[in-house]
Parts: sequence; structure tokens; C-alpha cells
Amino acid sequence: MTNQELQRKANELRVDILRMIYKAKTGHIGGDNSIIDMITALYFKHMNISPKQWEEKDPNRDRFVLSKGHAVEALYAALGDRGFFDKEEMIETFSQFGSPYIGHANNHVAGIDLNSGSLGHGLSLAVGMALAGKKDGRDYKVYCVMGDGEVAEGSVWEGAMAAGHYKLNNLIGIVDRNRQQISGTTEEVMTQDSQEERWAAFGWHVISIDGNDMDAVDAALTAAKEVKDRPVAIIANTVKGKGISFMENVASWHHGVPKEEQYEQAMAELQALLAD
Amino acid sequence: MAKKLNRQVICDVLIEKGREDKDIMVLCSDSSGSSSMTAFHKELPDQFIEVGIAEQNLVTISAGLASCGKKPFAVSPASFLSTRSMEQVKVDVGYSGTNVKLVGVSGGVSYGALGLTHHSVNDFATMGSNPGIRVYCPSDPVQTEKLTRALLEDEKGAYIRVGRYPSEYIYEEDVPFELNKAMKIREGKDAAIIACGEMVPYAVKAAELLAEEGIDASVIDMYCIKPIDREAVLEATKTGVIVTAEEHVAFGGLGSLVSQIVAEVGGAKVGSITLPDAPVIAGEQWEVFDYYGMNAEGIAKTVKEMLAK
Ligand SMILES: Cc1ncc(C[n+]2csc(CCOP(=O)(O)OP(=O)(O)O)c2C)c(N)n1
Repeated sequence: MTNQELQRKANELRVDILRMIYKAKTGHIGGDNSIIDMITALYFKHMNISPKQWEEKDPNRDRFVLSKGHAVEALYAALGDRGFFDKEEMIETFSQFGSPYIGHANNHVAGIDLNSGSLGHGLSLAVGMALAGKKDGRDYKVYCVMGDGEVAEGSVWEGAMAAGHYKLNNLIGIVDRNRQQISGTTEEVMTQDSQEERWAAFGWHVISIDGNDMDAVDAALTAAKEVKDRPVAIIANTVKGKGISFMENVASWHHGVPKEEQYEQAMAELQALLAD
Repeated sequence: MAKKLNRQVICDVLIEKGREDKDIMVLCSDSSGSSSMTAFHKELPDQFIEVGIAEQNLVTISAGLASCGKKPFAVSPASFLSTRSMEQVKVDVGYSGTNVKLVGVSGGVSYGALGLTHHSVNDFATMGSNPGIRVYCPSDPVQTEKLTRALLEDEKGAYIRVGRYPSEYIYEEDVPFELNKAMKIREGKDAAIIACGEMVPYAVKAAELLAEEGIDASVIDMYCIKPIDREAVLEATKTGVIVTAEEHVAFGGLGSLVSQIVAEVGGAKVGSITLPDAPVIAGEQWEVFDYYGMNAEGIAKTVKEMLAK
């Protein structure tokens, strides 16, 4: 896919996310839409992963950990679109009684290895997966998406330290630097400035980009795979709620659910993006 | 029926008391909205500390504050507070004996389809197994208020679990309350239902259903999981049948604590209604309750089964 096609795909997935959340009346739309461009680039271009590889348990496939597990709508949309499961059925049943498609990433769903939702676990899981790849002499990559509020958890830095120590060049950590969490901006709640310096200090190669610009995302992922001697941290500077004007950078859209008019407006804005 | 959020009740009491006593503090971990503490933050900004998404830090900073004479309330979702911060609670609150009040909000399965990461199905067991930590799970807003006021009077650690949704009023404002004494809602000679938290309104309705069938069941609100009210349990054995109901797994919960006391003296059979030893089915809290028979009909049915045994 070209970057233009990837961008279009990301916007299509934004429509799916909106539909899921509007129907279920629950979800984390802000953090879905900040990271969906990155997830799209991973699932539709950069990662070596397919439904067939999943079914056949291909040990050489890439691994993905959504450490900010509340952005699961973005992951379900990408997996569904890639054919890991029936996307429409997922949209219909998301968060409903008895559904496997619950509101955090969980491994009852095809394409998801491990559970998340309690913040601060994902990076250490990814370190374990990366270490296993080294032990077994496999050349898969492990990708881990974290929130910039999440990185307040001390456990994240235990994982970062181990990855640096073991020079895990097969590990790519992505921080969704949307500068928002639940209670407000990260700078109000718990300062997260100088992410670049922090990751570098733990022995990571750092790439800082506009995470909602597909050219930049694509270039960063391409460059990250070339780094030979250490783990890579991509600081994806994003906009929480990206793509839906009234949700952008507004803390209450962390887990806000649009009302009917808001839904119509949001859908119209996304359709306009797709019409371009 | 009138309802109110128990977490809102706790916030109201803390604001009222915090105005008089500057040592009363609230700490949150990006959780002030979900724990209804935004008003405290606004009213008493100097007595509020935000630590970010870092529950271990939350508890241990609280313990440090307490060692300097502060009276911290660490408020965060019950799921994370009772598991992520477990060692901090064990060492820095329980073992060091600091006056930290741990308030777990949105307890049990009230986060519904958000899944097991967000459920606190074992918090009575994890928190209560720490020497020096008391465990409370109040049912209604009146009881929550009296409990909060009572806990403000002492200087020891405690964990308080409240739910996510508004609670029905069960008690009148002037109901007698004594810390660590269970509250008897209904007298009965045929069986005793011992419940806590969100299960209490269902226990009351179960007793009404049973009364229609001529079965006279008492209802005991055991908001004090630890120290459990031993006298109340011993008294309940006189009916010969006890049924416990709790939004918690069987392991280390109310049912197991009651059974342990009954086993010493005998005289009663104990049935218990708990969450299963498995991640619960996706759904809203009440859908989950209905699915597992954790409701009035389920409690009444268990009472009848125990009577028939
Ligand atoms: C251990 C833990 N503590 C608290 C929460 C509740 N929680 C869910 S999302 C969230 C904010 C996350 O902010 P951030 O990591 O910046 O994610 P984003 O803004 O990208 O959605 C919080 C506090 C949680 N899921 N896990």
C-alpha cells in the first residue's frame, strides 16, 4: 500500500471505531484515534502477520502488544479489516453481553496474544517475546504501543531497562504522545516532557515523529527496523481524538460516547476525509 | 427509590472534615473523576495530590505522608489498588502500621465488559490477608457515611471497597452504627442471609420472596469483612442455615470467613453465593449478577436448597 492508501485505510477504520462506540455506548475513542494511523501502518504494511500465520501459529510472525489496552477498538478494527475475524459481527457485538469483543485487548480474540487493560504490563510482555525470539534464533520483531499517561507506571521503566540491557534490537516501543490522559493533560497530571531523553537514557534509539502523518509513520517504522544494536522507541506525537474536530485534544473524549448529533457530525467529518 | 453514589458520600465527608482538619488528604492516580474526588480537589487543592497512573507510588507516598502525621485517603479503582499496590499495602501500610485509608472504587464486576483487568473479584482476600489491614464493603450511602466518619477517628490502615453505580438507601439517617458491628436489617428464625456491599439489597429482596413462601429469614449486613463480626455470625448459626452473598470469588471471601467461624461451633449449614473462579462473562454488572444467580431469586433458591439438605 502507498502512504496515501494507508491514510485512507486509517480513516476507514476511524469510521468503524466510531460505529462500534456509538452502538455499544462505551469505548475509548480519543486514544483510538490518536494511534490508529500507527496501527494501520503496522497491520497493513510493516508487520509480518496475517490471519493465515495466526491460524497456523507461525512462530516467525511479528508480535504486537497493545499495552494501552483501552484503545482496543482501534486494534479490533484493524484485525477485523485484515480478516482475522468477521468485522461486521465484531462491530455489532462489541461490549455486548456474552461477546468475546470486550472493552480491552484480550486473547480470546484472534490476532491477540496476551491480555492488557491494566496499564504498565505491555512493555515487559514485549521484552519477554523479544528475548524468546533471540533465544530461538528467530528474526521476528515485537511492537508495543504505550500511552504517555501509562508511562507513569514504574513497571514501564523496568521493562525499558531490561530491553536496553539486553540490547533488544528486535523490539520497537511506540509511545502515543497525545499529551492527554483521563484527568487532563499529561503536563497537568504527571509531567512526561523529554520522552526522547528518557528513552535514550535507558539505552534506546529514539525516533520522534508526527504520529498522525502517514509519511512520517512509514519512514519511522522503516528506519526502526534497520537499527541493529538496540531497541527503538518511536515517540509518536499525536492528537488525541484525531480526525473528529470536536474531540481533538479534549480530555473528556478519553471515554466519551457521542450523542446522536455528535455521531452524525463525526461521521460527516470522517466521510469528508474519505471523499478527498 | 432514592439512590446515591457511595464514593460521592465519601468525598462529601472528606470535604466537610478536611475543612476543619488540614491533615486530611486525598491522593489519586489519574482517578479523581472515576472516584468522585474532583470536588475535593477543587475545594481543598492544597490537600489533594495527583500522582499520575502509578498505583504503587500512590500507596507508598500515602504511607510517607502518614508517617509525618497526615491522614491520607488513597483513592483509585479497586482492581488496581488491591493488586498492583499489594506489596506497598502489605509493607508500607500494614507492616509499618501507617494511617492510610485505601479506597477502592468501582469494585467487583461493576466495570462490566471492560473485562477482568478492571474487575476486583479478590480484593477482600488480597487486602485482608495483610496483617494490619481492615477490610470494609459498605452497602448503602448512610452506612458509607457513618463508616467514613468512624474511620476518620482512628489511626490504622483500612481498605474500603465501594461500587461504581449509585446505591439504594437501605437505612434511615439515625440508624445505630458501631464500627465492626454487623447491621441486622431483618429478623428471622428459619435461616440467616449474610451479605455485603452490592449484594445487600438483593438479600433484602430474597428475604421478602422467602417470606411469601412462609420462610422466615434474617438479613445481616456484614460490611465489616475484617474484622468480621463474630458475635453476629454465632447468633446466625441459631437458625441452622446460613447463606452468604458477596461480589467476590469464594477464595478468601465473606463466605469462607463465615464458614471458618461456623466450623468452630457447628450448628449450621453454610451455602455461599460468589463470583466464579473464572473471568466473568462480558456484560453489565446486573447482567453478570443475573447470569450467575447473584440476585434475589438466586439467594432465595440457595436458602431453600440449604433448608432441604
Ligand atoms: C494500572 C491501571 N491504572 C489505571 C487505569 C485506568 N486508566 C485507563 S486509561 C487511563 C489513561 C491512559 O492515558 P494514556 O496512557 O495517555 O492513554 P491515551 O491518552 O493514549 O488514551 C487510565 C488511568 C488502568 N487501565 N490501568
